Amino acid sequence: MNEFQPIILSLELAAITTLILFVVAVPLAYWLAEKDFKLKPVVSALISMPLVLPPTVLGFYLLVAFSPNNFFGSAVENIFNVRLVFSFEGLIIASIIYSLPFMVNPVQAGFENLSPSLKEASYTLGKSKFQTFTKVLLPNIKPSLLTGIVLSFAHTIGEFGIVLMIGGNIPGKTRVASLAIYDEVEAMNYHSANLYALVLFVITFSILLTVYIFNRKYLKLGRL
Amino acid sequence: MIALDLYKILKTSDGDLPLDIKLDIKEGEFITIEGHSGAGKTTILKLIAGLIKGDKGKITVDKKEWLNTDKNIFLPPQKRNVGFVFQEYSLFPNMSVYENITFAMEKTHHKNQVNEIIDIMELEKLKDRYPLTLSGGQKQRAALARAIVRKPDILLLDEPLSALDIEMRLKLQDYILKVHRLLNLTTILVSHDISEIFKMSDRVIRLDKGKIIDEGIAHDVYRKNYISGKFRFTGDVLKIEKDEVVSIVSVLIGNNIIKVIAAGEEADDLKPGDKVMVVSKAFNPLIIKL
Repeated sequence: MNEFQPIILSLELAAITTLILFVVAVPLAYWLAEKDFKLKPVVSALISMPLVLPPTVLGFYLLVAFSPNNFFGSAVENIFNVRLVFSFEGLIIASIIYSLPFMVNPVQAGFENLSPSLKEASYTLGKSKFQTFTKVLLPNIKPSLLTGIVLSFAHTIGEFGIVLMIGGNIPGKTRVASLAIYDEVEAMNYHSANLYALVLFVITFSILLTVYIFNRKYLKLGRL
Repeated sequence: MIALDLYKILKTSDGDLPLDIKLDIKEGEFITIEGHSGAGKTTILKLIAGLIKGDKGKITVDKKEWLNTDKNIFLPPQKRNVGFVFQEYSLFPNMSVYENITFAMEKTHHKNQVNEIIDIMELEKLKDRYPLTLSGGQKQRAALARAIVRKPDILLLDEPLSALDIEMRLKLQDYILKVHRLLNLTTILVSHDISEIFKMSDRVIRLDKGKIIDEGIAHDVYRKNYISGKFRFTGDVLKIEKDEVVSIVSVLIGNNIIKVIAAGEEADDLKPGDKVMVVSKAFNPLIIKL
């Protein structure tokens, strides 16, 4: 049982992160696709930062922010009674920030590529903004949503540096598969390392494969 | 009765252009708006539909105010009962033809109403198909059905036929006229096609740089400019072949390449790519039914 714990932890982390990211990032992506304002480049740059920043840099700043000695960490601890440093909750928040561009960018591109007349047609047919969003816009960017979900999921499974900085490699709590592989190699335990590595390899390959199959089908039919 | 008084500053590449239109439309009238691109035609339709906000103005439809900037009234597009057909069809790709049409209806709609429209537009065979599998003409028929199923107070057609070939266009013109008469709609069409305008409109509005420059029945409006004993076409010079005395100039007019003989000096000014006018008068052309 303990053998698979890091993998289960990784999957749990990726699933929760992706779910929260979806809820947060879809409205954010729509807002960025629709509105134009002076500070938009700043917002876009901030969201995309994790793409280029070394995970250790982000991890370091988050570690500082999450620390109970600082405002954010102590506020969260006082209000929600949750310590973010070296905890699973902290990992989730870090992963959300770290994977944000992987969800926002494809979804935003999806919205931007939709013809504006789809939305206008829906409005003239008497549908509210919300109905238009859920029944017309979202269903027609399914490939982008799928890409966003899968990339976020896979990217969260694959993160290493930031998890190490924030999580601290505590078995059963923050020791995810990518960390476990490193540990096992350090301990010259190549059999276990190989097991984790293989499982990660297969999981990530299958989800990426699924996306490409779906997107191919979508291109052919124009819908899913 | 629909009364329009629209004013909006258009941002164009040549700077700001005020769109300033006053227009009364009778119930059941078929109006065509014609003008150069950038003259503000689409903007007028979108202002009527409420898809964009004007700077000031009034729109009154059957005594109901859709817009009155003096009183701060602006009905959103959802509250204005308009039908809008876009140039690029704009069917929802995730819905079948039938779902596209019923999307316009409330949940408790009458099946009969939808079926009636499907009947009129002859979409029975296509109703379970998805937009991607339809031809341009079929898509536009479905889009027209979707726009009229709620019996709109105004039907707005934004160059709906310009992407279709001539045969399809003639058919769709007939469909549009049919529903216009059958449902007693008030229709505004944006079109460039003079023959379309003659066939369809009760009244044509000619627009230039945001202003109405001419209006009336098509025959009167175009007689001044277009109807005369001479043929006059504009086209682009493709090639100039110099001969001993004369030059042969190939001109592209529409999709036809026409060869015109130019005397030596006439051709000197021309170079490929120039816009030219080809005029011929005092002749007696044959007319043949196709």
